[in-house]
Amino acid sequence: MIKAILIFNNHGKPRLIRFYQYFAEDMQQQIIRETFHLVSKRDDNVCNFLEGGSLIGGSDYKLIYRHYATLYFVFCVDSSESELGILDLIQVFVETLDKCFENVCELDLIFHMDKVHYILQEVVMGGMVLETNMNEIVAQVENKISPSGGLSAAPARAVSAVKNMNLPEIPRNINIGDINIKVPSLSPF
Amino acid sequence: MSDVVEKTLTALPSLLSLDSQPGSAKLSSTSKLGNLIRGITELTSKHEEEKLIQRELTSIKDQVSSPNTSMRQMKELMVRAIYCEMLGYEASFSYIHAIKLAQQGSVLDKRVGYLAVSLFLNESHELLLLLVNTVLKDLQSTNLIEVCMALTVVSQMFPKDMIPAILPLVEDKLNHPKEIIRRKAVLALYKFYLIAPNQVQHIHNKFRKALCDKDPGVMTASLHIYLQLIKENSEGYKDLTASFVTILKQVVGGKLPMDFNYHSVPAPWLQIQLLRILSLLGKNDQSTSEIMYEVLDESLRRAEMNHNITYAILYECVKCIYTIQPKSELLEKAAKCIGNFVLSPKINLKYLGLKALTYVVQQDPKLALQHQMTIIECLDHPDLIIKRETLELLFRITNGQNVTVIVEKMLDFLRISKDDYTTIDLVGKVAELAEKYPFETMNTVFSLGGDMMQPDIPNSFLKLLSEGFDSDEEDRKLRLFAVDSYVSLLQSEPNKLPQRFLQVISWVLGEYSHLSAELEPATVMTLLSKLLDLKHTSSETKSWVLMAMTKLCEGGVAISVAQDIYETHSSSMDTVLRQRAQELQHLSQDSELRGRVLPRDAGLMPLEVDSSLSFLDGFVSEALAAGAAPYKPPHQRQEELAQAKALSLEPYSLSLPISMSSCSIADRQSPTLMSMSSGLSGDSTDLSHKGGSTTLKLDGVKRVWGREGYLAQREPVEETAQVEVPSPLRSPSQQAEADSTQSQTPTPTVTPELEQDKQQLASSLFVGLGSQSSVCLMGKSDPTPQRFRRKAQGRASSSGASEKTPTSLGSTPSPVDNLLCNSLLDSNLVSEPTNQTPQASQSLDTTNGNCHEELTDVKENNPSLIHNNEEPDKPKDLCLSSHLPTELSGLSHSEITPLCSNQSVNLSACHVQKEDSLQLVIFIFNSSDSALQQMQLQVDSGELKVNYCLSLITDSPVEEVRSHSVAVCHYSVTVKRPSVHVEVLGMLSYQLPGGTPQTIQFSHKLPLTTFIRPLTLSTEEYGSMWLAFSQDTKQNLTLINDDQDPLTTTLNVLKKKLQLHVVEIIGVEGIVACQLVQDQPCLMHCRVHAGTLAVWLRSPVPDLPDCLLYHCQRALQEH
Repeated sequence: MIKAILIFNNHGKPRLIRFYQYFAEDMQQQIIRETFHLVSKRDDNVCNFLEGGSLIGGSDYKLIYRHYATLYFVFCVDSSESELGILDLIQVFVETLDKCFENVCELDLIFHMDKVHYILQEVVMGGMVLETNMNEIVAQVENKISPSGGLSAAPARAVSAVKNMNLPEIPRNINIGDINIKVPSLSPF
Repeated sequence: MSDVVEKTLTALPSLLSLDSQPGSAKLSSTSKLGNLIRGITELTSKHEEEKLIQRELTSIKDQVSSPNTSMRQMKELMVRAIYCEMLGYEASFSYIHAIKLAQQGSVLDKRVGYLAVSLFLNESHELLLLLVNTVLKDLQSTNLIEVCMALTVVSQMFPKDMIPAILPLVEDKLNHPKEIIRRKAVLALYKFYLIAPNQVQHIHNKFRKALCDKDPGVMTASLHIYLQLIKENSEGYKDLTASFVTILKQVVGGKLPMDFNYHSVPAPWLQIQLLRILSLLGKNDQSTSEIMYEVLDESLRRAEMNHNITYAILYECVKCIYTIQPKSELLEKAAKCIGNFVLSPKINLKYLGLKALTYVVQQDPKLALQHQMTIIECLDHPDLIIKRETLELLFRITNGQNVTVIVEKMLDFLRISKDDYTTIDLVGKVAELAEKYPFETMNTVFSLGGDMMQPDIPNSFLKLLSEGFDSDEEDRKLRLFAVDSYVSLLQSEPNKLPQRFLQVISWVLGEYSHLSAELEPATVMTLLSKLLDLKHTSSETKSWVLMAMTKLCEGGVAISVAQDIYETHSSSMDTVLRQRAQELQHLSQDSELRGRVLPRDAGLMPLEVDSSLSFLDGFVSEALAAGAAPYKPPHQRQEELAQAKALSLEPYSLSLPISMSSCSIADRQSPTLMSMSSGLSGDSTDLSHKGGSTTLKLDGVKRVWGREGYLAQREPVEETAQVEVPSPLRSPSQQAEADSTQSQTPTPTVTPELEQDKQQLASSLFVGLGSQSSVCLMGKSDPTPQRFRRKAQGRASSSGASEKTPTSLGSTPSPVDNLLCNSLLDSNLVSEPTNQTPQASQSLDTTNGNCHEELTDVKENNPSLIHNNEEPDKPKDLCLSSHLPTELSGLSHSEITPLCSNQSVNLSACHVQKEDSLQLVIFIFNSSDSALQQMQLQVDSGELKVNYCLSLITDSPVEEVRSHSVAVCHYSVTVKRPSVHVEVLGMLSYQLPGGTPQTIQFSHKLPLTTFIRPLTLSTEEYGSMWLAFSQDTKQNLTLINDDQDPLTTTLNVLKKKLQLHVVEIIGVEGIVACQLVQDQPCLMHCRVHAGTLAVWLRSPVPDLPDCLLYHCQRALQEH
């Protein structure tokens, strides 16, 4: 599970903070500071994984980060996440930002903090990876940002993306094999 | 210049310029948020930022509460409040407005509102309750976007108690036509499962439906749930293995639409998830593993090395292959893959390669041998993370022969490391290795580790020193050496030594400095007294020092020193110090008394400890008579305080165990013991109980350490030369060099080539890893299948390496199975005559005897089994239950379950329920032909408190087990933290004569029900307790409807199965009470309502109601 996602710039100023596990406000700030401290002193040619920050907790946790120009994207995860998988998830997230903002830069993240959060919500939900397909993420975000709501009013790009994905010719079904679904005799609740 | 200004300079040009930033950024720069941000960037100090934000917050506050603020403005205000919160300034006034916005606004307003709520609040925030209705409404909305938002916020945080309210709605969403909704619903349910597993128990088959969803996205989401479920209980989901394999096969085979490709790899995250699930399923299960061999092979083949993400898949594949039951072709391929990782120039892959090596090295130490040169290079890698990972790997391959070099490397790393966490971790590891390692290491460890190390490290060190080894002469030399080295340390720079080290030093000097003939007590006294004057010496250390002085003060000079000390410290503010000083004064005057109180060389004599502190009884009763408050055990005090919402007792509960453990190390009175007992007057029985439980961790602190350690002073070269495996590639001169590396005295006269240097390092690091005959230097070792250790388990003992052998029941030789089977039947036979047990424990017996009743049935129906059992050629001593400790033999015990076994030992366990605790008995059966020596069993658990019980027959822990006989270890366990099943982890270390030390690990699960005891209460008592308890849970249970009085029947079932006490049944309501040993009550209120049994549980213990509820459900289901 992803425990927290932190984005801060080269000076340690937070740009986006999302915790999926509860920490008190001052603890959050302390985590940001310590994470920045850990990450910022690492060269660009060392590995992207850090272990054992004492704040988010012990040996089970890892920091996986990427450094883009002026920004650090840091994911704090536990051992049930794949290191390289998360590294690519960060890439997907950043590419999606780039797609939504067209040449994303630090300022976009500052002025459109809310939109960045919406994008993130479509990638990671409650600490779990929800979607990794860029087009799908953009479609979900765009179709909600459009004022009247609903799929019909989505911008052309999103519509095309959605259409592309829902083309009936594309077989989207996987044959799951022989899972035996037992119809439950639910206890009245 | 502050960083804020620096940022201004970088940010402003682009902010103000008219460059190509299309629209968005420029537009907002004129908004209020823009103004705020611009304002912040223009500031010069943190203080000014604070002022500006405070001003901003005040203005936001005014505006949000003004009735004229439009929704649009509100939205903008919220974003600004989010921004301020992100910077760490509290905007709690806006929380309620965020909730309002989510309630009232249009879709877009709602979105901001929900976002703000999910960022501001947490699961236990009281305002969150106000959101429940909104979420309910939105879940029922026809607007998909509102449903999505509601599901998102629910998965981020939702009050646990309110889950039942929205659960049916979320469940409904699993059938929603839109896949995105179904997907989010699955994740929301997963979240519910994580925070309240009992609540979603009934919908497990819906998870199965989600797994079969026609949309792969929904299926992917459901894998999160399955990964978690299988992690908790892999047995229950074995039937799904084939389905997971089918899915993976199709994904790998490219059956998914192109949409799911990422850099032309089909659904990589899905593959990773599936591989993790498969590895959990195939662990220790041959038949399940067999199902997945083919698809694993396919995955390995398909994942060509072309992108980062394929490496991710490969890494999971490799881990999976090494986790499940081994298959040699796959292992070979996986080993090759690991090689590619390790050798990769990409640093991330190297890191993962090292991780993979660390993971597999216990099964396949030769793999490390193949990559030894790379590992050596990694040791000098500039990246600390890589370095640490390498040390971790080396730690795993440590054996008697390379320990010197590895510990030296670790200490090198410790010297440069600044990170607290790393230090703590590494110091622990070094100390663990130090059992095989020379004495000065401990000095280095103490100096470097400083005060961050775990307190049990110095404790076990002192214990080791005082218990001594085989020969008195060696003990004397070792202690003398310690004294000498410490005296010289104190003479040089005592102010640089950490506190813990000073404590160790003063104890050793106090105890053993008399061994040194030329050392005058007065000299030591003077040295020690200098410590007292040091500024940074803590008062705990000071009391250690004073205690040491008390042991030493002898002869004229010493007495005068003591007198001086007494004068300075008798007026100390610290009562403990004052007490010590008093003792020093008195004992220095009266040498006869001192001789009696602190007899010399008494370290080996077992000290009689009056654990009930009965000698204080008179004092206690006097104090009580004088009006003192009766003593309350800490947990009771804490409870009362929690209820009163008063200050937390944190510092006390922290310091208590620490000082306790420090008093149990020193065998003789340590300085803190007295202060403990005097500090906490009153009835201290509970205290002593606690003291007993903080027993030392003495794992493996045995002989190897000292003998070698001390001898290494004189003859390390001989020693290493003996154990060195002859290496064909080295000339005699190189051999000598290598030896010098090992004995840590690098000779500066020889300046070997760098590469040669590394090879020597390699040979010293990896010595003893290969098979008996040859160490292959350059990694081209023979590719015989022998290297797969798990496959050829018989070899393990002869290979000369001391490694942990993971054992599995499935792979044990067949005689063992027979044996266990027999013992199981035997146990059943023996537990038969338990009917004569006194009636007091009758209720316990009914549950204890559960399995035994069933088994006797089997016996009656199936006489052939008995016949089999009574065959004359079966050795009599297989009957394990006859080995039960005498104090338990009268009581009936549970079925004896096998824990683990290898070629020489079988471990099995059973438990006996006593009224105040659960007695866990572990049987160690030596099935080999020779005796096991130096056996140590260590049992540990996060959730349990484990006390070693001395059995009456053997009054010390068993150390040796004769061939084909049984040793018994007996523990008394109580629950510290309830969970549905509490797990006991253990490790047995032993040695066969002439062999190397071996360890075998096991785990044993005990259901919580074994800790539940009836709690006899009156209805009034029940009533008052009910109101006092804070943790509660409500749930509906099925009623057993076969009678005219379903409530009574159901409660009787619960009473019988879970040992609950039914307090009273009035009409359709019943109240029931039970307790978790020891003294952790749980109350249950049941009411028949609409054909179900509505239960409401309350307890002062967190999680107890949830766990108990789970067992109630189980009990009723089984009925």
